[in-house]
Amino acid sequence: MSETVWSMCGMCSVRCPIKVEVDGNRIKWLEGNPHLLGGALCAKGSAGVALRNDRERPQQPLIRDGGRGAGKWEPVSWDTAIEYIGEKLDIIIDRYGARAVMLSCRGGPFMDLFKTFIHGLGSPNFTNHDSACGRNVHHASLSVYGLGRKGFIYDIKNSKHLVLFGRNIFASLRIAEANQVLDMLDNGGSLTYVDVRQSLTGIKATRFFQVRPGTDYALALGMINGIIKADAYDKEFVDRYTTGFNQLASFVEPYTPEWAAKECGIKAKKLKDFISEVSEQAPQVIFHPGWMLSRYRDSFYASRAIHILNVLMGNIEVKGGQLFPKGPGDCGVKGLRSLDSQVPKPEEKRADGVGWKYRHFDKGPGLFHLFYDAMLTEDPYPVKGVICYRHDPFNCFPDPAAQKEALDNTDLLVSIDTHYSEFGWYSDVILPESMYLERDSIVATQKGPKPRFIVRRKAVDPKFDTKPAWEIFKLLADRMNIGQYFPYNSIEELWQWQLEPTGHTIEEFEGKGFVSLADEPIMYDRDNLDGKFKTPSGKIEFISQKLADAGLASLKPYESPRKAPKGNFRLIFGRSPVHAHGHTVNNPLLNELMPENSLWINKRAAAKLGISEGDLVDVISASSIGTIKAHVTEFIHPEAVYTVHGFGRQVPLQSRAYHAGMSDQKLQSGKLMDMDPAGGGLCLCEVFVTVRRSTKNPKRRVEL
Amino acid sequence: MNKYLIYLNAKRCIGCHGCEIHCKVNKNLPVGPYLCEISHEPLVAVKGVPKTEFHFRSCYHCEDPYCVPICPKNAMIKREDGIVYIDEEKCIGCMACAGACPWGIPQYNPETGKAVKCDYCKDRVDMGLKPACVTKCTTHALKFVTMQEVN
Ligand code: SF4
Ligand code: SF4
Ligand code: SF4
Repeated sequence: MSETVWSMCGMCSVRCPIKVEVDGNRIKWLEGNPHLLGGALCAKGSAGVALRNDRERPQQPLIRDGGRGAGKWEPVSWDTAIEYIGEKLDIIIDRYGARAVMLSCRGGPFMDLFKTFIHGLGSPNFTNHDSACGRNVHHASLSVYGLGRKGFIYDIKNSKHLVLFGRNIFASLRIAEANQVLDMLDNGGSLTYVDVRQSLTGIKATRFFQVRPGTDYALALGMINGIIKADAYDKEFVDRYTTGFNQLASFVEPYTPEWAAKECGIKAKKLKDFISEVSEQAPQVIFHPGWMLSRYRDSFYASRAIHILNVLMGNIEVKGGQLFPKGPGDCGVKGLRSLDSQVPKPEEKRADGVGWKYRHFDKGPGLFHLFYDAMLTEDPYPVKGVICYRHDPFNCFPDPAAQKEALDNTDLLVSIDTHYSEFGWYSDVILPESMYLERDSIVATQKGPKPRFIVRRKAVDPKFDTKPAWEIFKLLADRMNIGQYFPYNSIEELWQWQLEPTGHTIEEFEGKGFVSLADEPIMYDRDNLDGKFKTPSGKIEFISQKLADAGLASLKPYESPRKAPKGNFRLIFGRSPVHAHGHTVNNPLLNELMPENSLWINKRAAAKLGISEGDLVDVISASSIGTIKAHVTEFIHPEAVYTVHGFGRQVPLQSRAYHAGMSDQKLQSGKLMDMDPAGGGLCLCEVFVTVRRSTKNPKRRVEL
Repeated sequence: MNKYLIYLNAKRCIGCHGCEIHCKVNKNLPVGPYLCEISHEPLVAVKGVPKTEFHFRSCYHCEDPYCVPICPKNAMIKREDGIVYIDEEKCIGCMACAGACPWGIPQYNPETGKAVKCDYCKDRVDMGLKPACVTKCTTHALKFVTMQEVN
C-alpha cells in the first residue's frame, strides 16, 4: 500500500514542492507537486532517490582523528559528538566570549533555527554564502528601493519582454520560473539574452548580445541613455515615486547607445532596435537584475543600473512586471511565530564589521569572507569557532588555501551537512544531517501574489544514524544551556508553536502540501504605493543618500574592464541544469549525466594555441592548475574561457567526484578579499588564466 | 497498429536531461543503462542568435520490430496497443535484441543481468497515468499522445 507524503525538494536551494509516494520505507515515486508544478521536476529532483541510497555520505557523527584535512575520522555517537562540540564551545566562550563563535548557512526559508542558536549563544555573528552570490544585487536593490533582492517577484509569464544579463535562467533552473519564461515565449514574448557566451537560455532568445566580458554596466548605461532620449520612460511613475532623475539623465548623457555598442563589441543598430522594442512594450518589460553577480568590479553598479531600467519602464506592481511579494499580513493572517524573535538581540558589534564599519551593507547575514580577516588579524576580536550548516565555504569562496590559513587560527570547525563538503573534510566534527526525504523541516512562508505556508515532511526513515536540523540544533542548544529558545520536544510541537498565531494547523497541509493564504493574486493600488519603498526618502532613489554617507557614488562613471594580459583569458564560471554547484557532483545518477566540467574556449583563440575539441588543457592561474577537456566553440568571446562551477573535488570518500573536473575557486587565487566596496560581492570573474594543451593528452603511450 | 507516441515540443524543451533521470529512477536503473536520451545538433547562428533544438529519443516501438523475432526466449513482446516490452522473467540477458535493433535501443542492466528498454511505462499507462518522462518533464515539453490525437 502506498502512502502520499507532500514535501519539499532539497537537492538545490529552490526547494520545489514535491509529492512522494512511499511504500513502507521505500520511495516508489516522486514528482513535482501537481497543484503547483503540474508534476514537473528536474533531473536533480528525481536523483534525490539516488542520494538516499548513496553510501558515500556521512553515516554517523564523525570527530577528526589526526590533522585537519588528513581524512582520518572517528565515528562516534551523537551524544559524544554534541558533548565534544559543547566542551570546545565552552572553552572558546570562556576565553574569548560568545562573539568568537560564528555560524554560516546558505540562506533560505529555514534560517530561523540557525539564527536562534547563534543569537541564543550571545553572538551576533550569523552569516551566509551570499558575498559569493547575490550580495551585489541585494545591496543594489536596497540602495534603489530600500528593499532587498527578494523585494520583488517577476511576473514573467505575463510580460512581453524579459531581458537577462547573464542570468542563465534555464540552467540555474527554478522550475516554476522556467515555465513562466516558456509560457511568455509561447505567447509571443521577446527574450533578450546578454552574455559572453551562448547558453541553454540564449538559444531560446529572440535577441542575443554577445558582449565583451565585464561590460554589462556599459550596456545598461547605453540602454538608460537610449530610453531617456527616446522619451520612452514612464514619466508619471518617475515623477511620482523617484528622486534624482535629473542627475541620472545628465549622468548618462555621454553613454549613448553608440558608445555602449562599441564598448561591448555589439552592433549599435541592434541595440537601438532593442531600445525601440522595449519602448513599445513598456511597462510589460522585465530587466532581470541578476542573481549571482559576484563577478566584476562594477557588478553592483551594473545591477543598480538594471534596477533603474525597471523603474524607467514603470513596471512596478503591474501585470507582467515586478510585483511586491505579498505575505500573510496582506491576507489578514498573522505570520509564523519565529524562534529568533524570542532571543534578546546580541549587542556586540559584528566581527565582519558590517553595521558599524560598513554601514551601507545589510546587517542580517553580513559578509562571510570578512570573517577570515578577523580570524587572521583578531581585529575587531578573535573568531575561534565556525559552524557551517549546509554551507561549504571552500566550494563557494575563492582560494581555499587562503581560507585554510585563516581557519588555522580557529579552535573549532563544525560541518552540519547531508554530504561530505570540502569544508567538512577539513573540519573537526561532521554532524550528518538526514537527507531531505528523511527529514521534516520547520514550516516556511512563501511570499508571492498568492502567499502560502509550506512544509517539508519526512517521507522515509533515515537510512543511517543521521538527524534533522531541528533536532541537531535543539541538542546543541540544550548542551549549551540555551534550550529555552528551542521550546519543543518534537517537530509536531514546533510546528504547532510556529503556526499558533496564524490560526492554521499542520493537518491542513495534508491535502496539498501547503496552505494557500489567498485565492486570487493580490495587487496593491499602483497609484498609492507610498510607504512601500523603504529608502530614507521613501522614494525610489536614483541617488542614494546611504551610499553618499558611505562615501560612495550612486552613479559611478564607467571604467572599461581590465584587458587580460597577453596570452591570458578571463575565467568565467556558471551553472548546468543537472548539478547544484558542488552539492550533487557525487550523486550517482547526476555524476553519470555530467561527471566533469569542460573548458569553453573560443575557436580562434584555441587554434592559435593548437587546441582542438576534446583535447585536455591545463588551465593555469597564479597558484593553481586544473586539467580538463576543451570545448572549442565560436560562441564564446575570445577574451573569456568558461567552465561549470562545483567540480574538482578532493574528498576521497566521494569516489565518483574525486578529482573529476576542475575547480574554478581554486584558480581564483588572491581573490578572497577582492570585494566590491559598494556591493560587498566578491569579484570572482576578475581572474585571469593561461591555457595550454596538456601533456596529459593520450598520445604515443607505451603499450607493451 | 501502434496506439501511442511520445512527442517533444522542441520549443519548450530546455535540454535539462530531467526526463532521462525521471525514467531511470522510475525503473530503478543503476548507473549504465539509459532508456531515453536528449540530444541536439551543434549551434548555428540564426538571425544573429546561435540556435539549436533538442531531440528526444526513447524506443520507436516499431510496427514491425526487429528485436521481437530475434529473441530466443520470446521475452520481447509487442502488445496489441503497439508497446514493445521485455518480459523480465523470460529474458536471459543475451542482448540479441540490442544487436538486431537498428538503433541499439535495448540496454543491458548490470544489476539484473537482463535487457531493459523503454516500455512507455506500460504499468503507469495501464493505470491511466502518463509515462514517467512525460509526467515529470521540467517544462511540460513532452506529451504522451494517442495516434488518434495525432491524426
Ligand atoms: S525533461 Fe523535458 S525539458 Fe528537460 S530535457 Fe527532457 S524533454 Fe527537455
Ligand atoms: S527496440 Fe529497436 S527494434 Fe525494438 S521496437 Fe524499439 S526501436 Fe524497434
Ligand atoms: S516512456 Fe517510460 S520507459 Fe520510456 S523513456 Fe519515458 S520514462 Fe523511460
